[in-house]
Amino acid sequence: MAVAFDSENPDLPPAGPPAGRAELLVRIFGPLLLLGSIVGGWEFLVRINEIPPYILPGPGLVVESLLDNWHSLYPSLLVTLRITFLALAVAVVGGVGLAILFSLSRWVELSLFPLAVVLQVTPVVAIAPLILIYVDNITLALLICAWIVAFFPILSNTSMGLASADHNLRDLFELYGASRWQQLLHLRLPSALPYFLGGLRIAGGLALIGAIVAEFAAGTGGTGSGLAFRILEAGWRLEIPRMFAALLLISFAGILIFLAFTALQHLLLRRWHASAASRER
Amino acid sequence: MSEPLFELRGVGKTFGSGTVALEGLDFAVGRHAFVSLLGPSGCGKSTVLRLIAGLLRPSRGRLIWHRRIARGDIGFVFQEPTLMPWASVFDNVRLPLKLQGRPRREVREEVERALSMVGLEDFAGAYPRELSGGMKMRVSIARALVTRPELLLMDEPFAALDEITRFKLNNELLNLWARESWTVVFVTHSVYESVYLSERILVMASRPGRITGEIPIEVPYPRDEAFRLSSRYTAACRRVSDELRRAMGE
Ligand SMILES: Nc1ncnc2c1ncn2[C@@H]1O[C@H](COP(=O)(O)OP(=O)(O)OP(=O)(O)O)[C@@H](O)[C@H]1O
Ligand SMILES: [Mg+2]
Repeated sequence: MAVAFDSENPDLPPAGPPAGRAELLVRIFGPLLLLGSIVGGWEFLVRINEIPPYILPGPGLVVESLLDNWHSLYPSLLVTLRITFLALAVAVVGGVGLAILFSLSRWVELSLFPLAVVLQVTPVVAIAPLILIYVDNITLALLICAWIVAFFPILSNTSMGLASADHNLRDLFELYGASRWQQLLHLRLPSALPYFLGGLRIAGGLALIGAIVAEFAAGTGGTGSGLAFRILEAGWRLEIPRMFAALLLISFAGILIFLAFTALQHLLLRRWHASAASRER
Repeated sequence: MSEPLFELRGVGKTFGSGTVALEGLDFAVGRHAFVSLLGPSGCGKSTVLRLIAGLLRPSRGRLIWHRRIARGDIGFVFQEPTLMPWASVFDNVRLPLKLQGRPRREVREEVERALSMVGLEDFAGAYPRELSGGMKMRVSIARALVTRPELLLMDEPFAALDEITRFKLNNELLNLWARESWTVVFVTHSVYESVYLSERILVMASRPGRITGEIPIEVPYPRDEAFRLSSRYTAACRRVSDELRRAMGE
């Protein structure tokens, strides 16, 4: 809701011209320009040196291959994204739930947090083959791998956020006799929101990486249907342009996830948090 | 003094770290009184307020209430505005009522009344970051007032504001106090502010925090800008300054 500021009131924050349009242009066209020149340079180098496509295909060929193989790549993209988002959803529920538990009980935190750290510092590439051995259901195994990497940033960020609630506000809640539950709902959770969203943005990318890594591990065994498996498959057949096409899709998926969560962050925080609010000058 | 609201008897506070923050506090505050606690930084003023509010327990001595005090009977204004940045002005002011479990539609009038007391009725939908420092402080005061408290505890509420805004809020506070007849315990480190506002000034010294003097300001209300320029004001300020200097061991 917009507020009509009264120009007579001496308490007013200063009004300024709207935020610059120039910045927006740079934001959009800067990266595009850079990307364009990289792609152009790539195509140029491939052509001028006559590099054969099975060594390095030009970007044109990659796009062509992407379109040609869309019927097999698109379903694979969906498979990978499904794992990613399922893992992310479980990571959010588990991470936030555990963070809340930690904030309620120091005892639980002290005993469980080291375990979470162990999970986090062990490279998923190293655990994935083991998980694939012990878990029969491939989808479940992939899910577990993606979850392991996505879970920690959410847990640790949310934990920090829950603990960051302003001390005077806590006193205020105590003064009015707020229950633990009220304190959690109306003070700690909102305080944790910016931290959580930051964690979610990191976790989104990590979940994708975790899913891909696990697919690789599963794929080397000859099974799979996700994008990583398409890359392996194309590699075995020396279809290098198709490999690049699958790679391109993975990057796109990653970028989309990042943008989606950035937008979410902006949407939820713009009214109050310094990280998202625009500074009017 | 009128009928007392509460009194401290031999109250002392030692923190876990071994810091003796307060020692031998003995004073009573009457109903509808305006009392200031004046002292140098670190002498324990905030600690006294927190003891009165029940946010800390005295290590020694007793705090005796002469009336039954329920939740919501005490309003606390912190040194910083201490608003929830994610909530609108309206929701910030509504917080104490929400914590008492009263639904939103039932309390609309109460919140609006509190907002109009501090002159912010047009800003109910604004968010804290859209307000100036003085406006935030007023929201904080409105929040303390929304439960119609019996006692208002204010911890250097205007210390961070510029002088013009501070004078203005001082006057607004006095007007409200005259109208609503709360009891106010006001912490400040400004001699001028304490003299302007209060009926009675308790001067504190540090290490350990204790009360070294008590100065009544016998100037009738309403007080206004003319009082700031009067010789009575200057004389009172001098008296309080001398007392404060003595308390600080000079
Ligand atoms: N939670 C705490 N734990 C340990 N020591 C504390 C705590 N709170 C305050 N103290 C100590 O108690 C003394 C008084 O602190 P207090 O905050 O009451 O001072 P103050 O008079 O309000 O100062 P200021 O004007 O700077 O706000 C200080 O020496 C401080 O270090
Ligand atoms: Mg203080």
